[in-house]
Amino acid sequence: MIQRECGVLKTTYEADMALYPLPIARWTMLFLGVIFFGIIPMGLHEYYLSIANLVWIAAVGALGLNILVGYTGQVSIGHGAFMSVGAYTAANLANRLDSPWPVNLIAGGLMAALIGAIVGIPSVRIKGLYLAIATLAGQLIIEWTINHVTFISGGVQASIEVARPRLGPWVLSSQRAMYYFLLVFVVLAIVGTMNLVRSRVGRAFIAIRDQDIAAEIIGINIFRYKLLAFAISSFYAGVTGVLYTYYLGIANYEQFQIGVSIDYLAMIIIGGLGSVLGSIFGAFFVTLLPIVIRYTMEAFGGIFFDPQTVLNLIPNLRLMLFGALIIFFLIVEPDGLNRLWRNIRNYFRIWPFAY
Amino acid sequence: MRQLLAIVTALMVLGSPLLATGPSLAQSKGEIVIGVQCDRTGATQIVGTVLCPGFHDYVALVNSKGGVEGRMIKALEVDHEYKVPPGMEAYERFKKDGAVSVAVYGTPHIYALAAKLTEDKIPGTSPGFGSAAAADGVRYPYIFPIAATYWSQGTAAVDFAKKQLGGSLKGKKIAYIFYDNPAGREPIEVIQDLAGREGFQLKEFAVPPPGVEMGAQVLDIAQRYRADFVIAHLFGGAPAVSIKELKRVGYPLKKVVSFVWGSAEANIEAAGGFQVAEGYYTMQFAGVGTDYPVLNEIREMYKKEGKPAPKEMASTVFYNRGVLIGALHVEAIRNALKAKPDGKITGADVKAGFEKISNFTLGGLVPPLKITNTDHEGGGLVQIWQVKGGKFEKVTDWYAAYPDVVAKHIKAAAAK
Repeated sequence: MIQRECGVLKTTYEADMALYPLPIARWTMLFLGVIFFGIIPMGLHEYYLSIANLVWIAAVGALGLNILVGYTGQVSIGHGAFMSVGAYTAANLANRLDSPWPVNLIAGGLMAALIGAIVGIPSVRIKGLYLAIATLAGQLIIEWTINHVTFISGGVQASIEVARPRLGPWVLSSQRAMYYFLLVFVVLAIVGTMNLVRSRVGRAFIAIRDQDIAAEIIGINIFRYKLLAFAISSFYAGVTGVLYTYYLGIANYEQFQIGVSIDYLAMIIIGGLGSVLGSIFGAFFVTLLPIVIRYTMEAFGGIFFDPQTVLNLIPNLRLMLFGALIIFFLIVEPDGLNRLWRNIRNYFRIWPFAY
Repeated sequence: MRQLLAIVTALMVLGSPLLATGPSLAQSKGEIVIGVQCDRTGATQIVGTVLCPGFHDYVALVNSKGGVEGRMIKALEVDHEYKVPPGMEAYERFKKDGAVSVAVYGTPHIYALAAKLTEDKIPGTSPGFGSAAAADGVRYPYIFPIAATYWSQGTAAVDFAKKQLGGSLKGKKIAYIFYDNPAGREPIEVIQDLAGREGFQLKEFAVPPPGVEMGAQVLDIAQRYRADFVIAHLFGGAPAVSIKELKRVGYPLKKVVSFVWGSAEANIEAAGGFQVAEGYYTMQFAGVGTDYPVLNEIREMYKKEGKPAPKEMASTVFYNRGVLIGALHVEAIRNALKAKPDGKITGADVKAGFEKISNFTLGGLVPPLKITNTDHEGGGLVQIWQVKGGKFEKVTDWYAAYPDVVAKHIKAAAAK
């Protein structure tokens, strides 16, 4: 179409290492930046921004899980628990030491990374479903500990209130302020992940995923890199937990139960394992689809049923449709929404001269 | 072909939000909007599928009689599957549609919304769940438990045990069997306090989630600890299991009192029916049974429309609670409208309206609550009903026990 992919000659190392070597890709990113930083937050009602905020929180978490599951090939059902580690670390620091949010954010991430690396130790010896169960054990142990150790949970209610984050004179409490706050971290997470997976570390992860014995033979320290994958992934999870805590104004253990871990796994599987864009797609899909289904049902359900029945029908039908759509997308494209998007892009790249 | 299919599906995905997210028309018609969260498909669906219709039926009844001060009420329901992110989205939608009060559903949700409700000045109710400390109207100005909190339920249960055991608990053994989550553990400190004061021995028995396995705990209660009375605080499927297990080891069910979430028809039926649970005491924050004037009016309303009464009405415990929550919201709005003759009410007005609720009993279905700007619980009143002869039979009238102990704990929580 309009883009010219040939003739892009790189004369410097910097040009070779650019994230987006094609001009059209750079223009696209600029365009997206204008949309997400300018048009959406300026033009939309706070309600839509609140949905976007939920997507952003999910996106950071999904990116982190994708590093572990998608790029390194280590299954984890403990993502929700790592989020709770970050959340409670930040909440405790904020309340006990009165420390500012950037400190809490990094501390929460680092604590989650540490715990994540410990939970990841079994990955050195076991793989696949067995590792899934080992991380499940991690999820349950962390849940139990937070729930029962009042030093961490701050009381039997296991919920700690935190003040809204402050940026100089501004208190970030409205959905619009939160939108920018969260979006900055989404961008950081995306850029971080994209650079990670093309670095030496990222290539080691991919080698381990594809064939860990071969990776060991070519000189990759399996022990170190598997734990590093767990640590980085958990760092993302911890940051997600901290963002979530600041978004809600409270850390509560019921926000991080096993169901959350499953939701995040669903996101990256639907979005596409081992792709940055897929994680974002997955976060959008899993967060938005139930909402879209509900609006559709509300708009058209009244034609066929009386209002009370519609109310009962919406949530049930939503669950069924959600499940059916997941199966549909996975059958159409087992590699997730990311592959679907690439197929579309590749189709138009040579359009109308496809042969 | 494959690519075409891909394009069509992609267009569907991109196009559907545009179709669906048109502006809502609710607030434009002079209607007053109440946001109703519900869970009809998630972890607590046995409550939600019955409770929420009760809420809607009461609102429909009010509307059929001409609304509140001439204004119609719209109860906007969003189901959140008992998950926090959809609950947040639901709340933001209520806010967008101009809701003046929100019936929050679920403990994690009232925690997650605590800061938001106060910032947005929209009152939210958490009847029978959430933090007991929220009864403090000064610290949580926009949260209204409007029913007995777990602390009030704990003191009421101890008081009931005392009466059942002949007026004194000195030297008696009481077992507290609870679902091992924050909500289950919340009343422990209060009951421990009372153990010191009344001189009884207390032993706690935790049931780990999901609460379907408690043979060991029940055996311990019945045969090793030999409790004189059992206070049960379980959720979901766990109450039914506890009834079955207690029955199996031969512990008399007339020495068991359950907190409000283990006390519905659904729990009894899941345990094997009313014959099995004969004698079991349940605690209630709304009246039980079908014999209330407001329920007759709802049946009349359906009859006039030529429809049978909804089947949810048969499950009276949860249905009546739904009616209670709906009625208190409507009553708060009525108070707000009376205070503002121009009819432009905001969440802050409805908050003041909640704080004027006093002796609004709806013919006995609602306890004679007295909600003030410091006490958002309204007195912590409960009734005890017993499973007897195939139905629930009233044992006590509305009562609250040891208000000084509850007040002490609320004060301590506020000092934290």
